[in-house]
Amino acid sequence: MTKEFLSGNEAFAYGVKLSRPHVISAYPITPQTTVVEKLATLVEKGELKADFIHVESEHSALSAAIGASAVGARTFTATSSQGLLYMAECLPYAAGGRFPIVMMNANRSTALPWNIYGDQRDSLTLLDSGWIQAYAKDAQEALDLALMSFYIAEDKRVATPVMVNLDGFTLTHTYEAVEVPSDDEAEGFLPDYETDNKLSLEEPKNMAFTAGPDTNTEFKYKEHLGVLAARDVISECEGRFEEYFGRKYTGLVEQYRTEDAEYIVITLGTLYKSVCECVDKLRDRNRKVGCLRLRYLRPFPKTELIEALKGVKAVGVLEKDISFGNEGTVYTNVCSALQQSSFNQPCSNYIAGLGGRDVPLSDIEEIFEDLEREQNGVHFVGLEE
Amino acid sequence: MYEILWHGRGGQGAFTAAKLLSAAWTFKADENKALAFPSFGPERRGAPVRAFSRLGSGSLGDRSQIKKADYVVFLDDTLFDEQAYEELKENGKIILCTKEKVNDDRVLCIDGQKIALDILKRPITNTVVLGALLKVFNAIKIEDLKPAVQKLMSPKIADINLEAIRFAYEEEV
Repeated sequence: MTKEFLSGNEAFAYGVKLSRPHVISAYPITPQTTVVEKLATLVEKGELKADFIHVESEHSALSAAIGASAVGARTFTATSSQGLLYMAECLPYAAGGRFPIVMMNANRSTALPWNIYGDQRDSLTLLDSGWIQAYAKDAQEALDLALMSFYIAEDKRVATPVMVNLDGFTLTHTYEAVEVPSDDEAEGFLPDYETDNKLSLEEPKNMAFTAGPDTNTEFKYKEHLGVLAARDVISECEGRFEEYFGRKYTGLVEQYRTEDAEYIVITLGTLYKSVCECVDKLRDRNRKVGCLRLRYLRPFPKTELIEALKGVKAVGVLEKDISFGNEGTVYTNVCSALQQSSFNQPCSNYIAGLGGRDVPLSDIEEIFEDLEREQNGVHFVGLEE
Repeated sequence: MYEILWHGRGGQGAFTAAKLLSAAWTFKADENKALAFPSFGPERRGAPVRAFSRLGSGSLGDRSQIKKADYVVFLDDTLFDEQAYEELKENGKIILCTKEKVNDDRVLCIDGQKIALDILKRPITNTVVLGALLKVFNAIKIEDLKPAVQKLMSPKIADINLEAIRFAYEEEV
């Protein structure tokens, strides 16, 4: 293990390298570009023995990844924003075909207006595509999630592709210290990919077939069970990860000072650590506040949320997303979980960081103040009208 | 916590300097944490860019841009004006790469271009100004920069840049 000073994208690229993929197919797009550049360099230098397929579009990138996965290859792709949307047709193909592809998505705004900066509208738009979705908080977790994602995706109980999301720029292009495991350490953690779900001359089978009304529900039910099975597999995987690398992860959610908290902000991605810093400040002023991070949005941490929010006076959901004409998508998901419990406290939605707008600690402090005023509904942080 | 705000033009290496400083802090002690990030956006040579180094210990959560800094560094004096003082915390210092003199206790001037041309044989002043910063920013010592420079810069230019850093650090102002 060595200590390096890396950007989120570089850290993720090292995580992919340590996962020994056979095939990488990708098309560059800001702010994802540097992750595939790094991987292309590693392949070119012979440090990573993989086939790097330079395709002509994101639609082709995921199509090629599906093809490679269908012959039993460990496969990686990466994209962002409009690129992810262009891939959209292929996403349910990969999920329904039960191909355990890992994708890194650099969270970025969607057009129009044209914008290359970070927000979470791209991946949240595709929450229903059948993929597991994880959100990293820093560069170390980005590297670690790369390794863990292949483990989770390839587990036979799951057999589902995983999309790991990194906040565009605030994570992808921000440099910090990262512990990079050695090849040997990583090899022990992540076994080779073995599957029966592949084209084979020895055992020919029908793949990617039609399923009409008589069997379709059963296939979709199994797909649903596969994503749900990830709950246990994520927990097993993190236990194993801690044994190998000593770093502990906490399943579908991570919590900070929530035990006796009366006001909790729920968020995802890099905003978590900002909220934690704000929580520390407010705790010094004897305010009972805490933060909860959704590490995974699929499977959705319903039971963890209900448990964590018991006895809380008000909850705010802070996200870089808006589902036009409704509310933030994360908020919708949180409210749906809470509606299935006895929770009946105010729950408000804070939309921030759209198109890369900075979210300073002062904005987060205002959110906590706002929560104490018991307001429901959707608020756009820092809106100038 | 220390916050350092770097001003430069695309191609002058402001972000590289920000990275070197943050990396040096990180490699100095296990409990040290640091972030380095540029003002995000398309990269254009000659356009004004900012870069940020945030150094601390324990968890370093805030990834938003630095509005008020302990040290504000200018690699290019055409970017420097009265507005610069607004970006300073109380007792903060400005490090300005210029051939001119500025009569203000808060400003440390260095003719970085002359040193860069002498030592590096090209007018790239980022490491020179980094050396000048260490004159007033004592939490990082000149030897702390060595592992960062060796890790982040290519072997071809690492040693000569270390020499430039040391020269600027030792230069009388």
